[in-house]
Amino acid sequence: MSTVAFTIISIFTLAAALAAATLQKLMHAALSFAVMFVGISAFFFLLGAEFVGLVQIFVYIGAVAVLIVFTILLTRDDVGKLRGFNWGGVFVAIAVFAGLIWAILKTKSLSVAPSQIEPVTVQRIGELLMSNYVWPLQCVGVLLTAALIGALILVMEDKSS
Amino acid sequence: MSDSLDQIFIHAKQWLLSFISGRAPDWMIQIASSLINIAALLGVFLTLFALISVLERKILGRIQNRYGPNRVGPFGLFQPVADGIKMLIKEDIVPIRADKIVHFLAPILIAAAAILTLGVIPYGRNMTPFNIDGGILFFFAVGSATELMVFMAGWGSNNKYSMLGAMRAIAQMISYELPLIITVLPVVMIVGSLNPDKIVDAQGNYSLGFVPHWFVFTPWGATAFLLFFVSGLVESNRTPFDVPEGESEIVAGHMTEYSGFKYATFFMAEYIGMFAISGLGITLFLGGWHAPFHFLEFIPSYVWFFAKLSIVLFVYIWLRGTLPRTRIDQIMNFAWKFMLPMAFTCVVAAAVWHYTGRGLRGWLWSLAVVATIYVTLSILLDTRRKFAPRTYRFAE
Repeated sequence: MSTVAFTIISIFTLAAALAAATLQKLMHAALSFAVMFVGISAFFFLLGAEFVGLVQIFVYIGAVAVLIVFTILLTRDDVGKLRGFNWGGVFVAIAVFAGLIWAILKTKSLSVAPSQIEPVTVQRIGELLMSNYVWPLQCVGVLLTAALIGALILVMEDKSS
Repeated sequence: MSDSLDQIFIHAKQWLLSFISGRAPDWMIQIASSLINIAALLGVFLTLFALISVLERKILGRIQNRYGPNRVGPFGLFQPVADGIKMLIKEDIVPIRADKIVHFLAPILIAAAAILTLGVIPYGRNMTPFNIDGGILFFFAVGSATELMVFMAGWGSNNKYSMLGAMRAIAQMISYELPLIITVLPVVMIVGSLNPDKIVDAQGNYSLGFVPHWFVFTPWGATAFLLFFVSGLVESNRTPFDVPEGESEIVAGHMTEYSGFKYATFFMAEYIGMFAISGLGITLFLGGWHAPFHFLEFIPSYVWFFAKLSIVLFVYIWLRGTLPRTRIDQIMNFAWKFMLPMAFTCVVAAAVWHYTGRGLRGWLWSLAVVATIYVTLSILLDTRRKFAPRTYRFAE
């Protein structure tokens, strides 16, 4: 069952990633990128990491994809034009892929059989965040609130002029 | 008797499943169970959509001192059937310069996302179609994906009005997503769970036998509920916040280039989104499927849920009939200058309520916190603008 699901999700994600890299229109590529994020979160759900999967959708589709789309829209005046095929990009991609594969094959964890791990529930993540990791959590909270207020102050109109 | 009536749908589902249990493999039963849930959900909410679309026109008619639809069937109740047939046989126009695929996918994905969010709401005792631990998170994760689909509709249409509408919609959705999510935080903090079922369970008791422990009856809960309700209005693009499709300015916003059944799909997605956000509000603040009084608990839980849902929907329609449309800059100013600080205040007030003992003392303390911040904000945001005769720059 899970092997079948894994295969289907893999094909889906890889197809979306390929589309994002090769589609001629920039906006189509950005949207396929968002589709790929759905595939990634499906992997997390398959592994029983429900929380991470939901956060993946929340952050990457709800925020990052919208940000990418807006960046394209607001900075390019040739959104509708076809972009050419970039051979340099292909070589860089192959190099990065080969490097990653080499690193993965070199690690010892591949040969170690996974022990039976219980799936990480939202409950357990919450308990850990509130006990062992409460200080990092608080710091991140303060940082994000500061960023929010900072963004507001940046866009505030200047009263003096 | 009342207990079996309460669980009647659960029993019906088990009876349906008993036909294949034992004969089919486990995963097949699981899929069948999910399919039954989905079918029930779609059946109920599409019927509700048909019903509310005619009721809304009826109520709006009443508010505006006219009859509303009354030609098709008794009291005009078959109006949605006529509308559906009309939408189906209309020509489906796709602009020649539109991005065909994106234009086609946008309404489907918007409707899918809206229907998905319905899945995590508890409609009655043991009646949550998709019961996961992070239910609240799921709701907002799927809801936040809607922005991208609105953008797809606006961009795919290749039309100035569509793009402007989509920009407006995304701007106000992103701005109001913050207060929407932050007002949910106090409830999650107090209950200690992201599971909608547990949140409903936590509101199940009664003080003195008649005061229900709904979160809306605490100062922080009442504030959070009001903020949540306003943000919900914005997220579902309802009047007075319907600038994305402001007819008098930009035709129909991101839906300008859609016709026939695709337009109807957008329309449906908007209503389903409204049901979902009202359902979540009921789950979080209005006690979910619990009865308002202890002695009324013999009435089945789902009846209470849908009674509360219809009241909230009536308020939505009522607001549409009475309030004019706001300007986009007013909406934005309201979000960032008032809603956001008040939402943070709710979090603080809930913490104060918790640490002063969740009783009368906590009630008063959290009221003091909310009131102080509210008064301070009102003084700070007061522009001291006096009303004066209007001066015209270009007319005259």
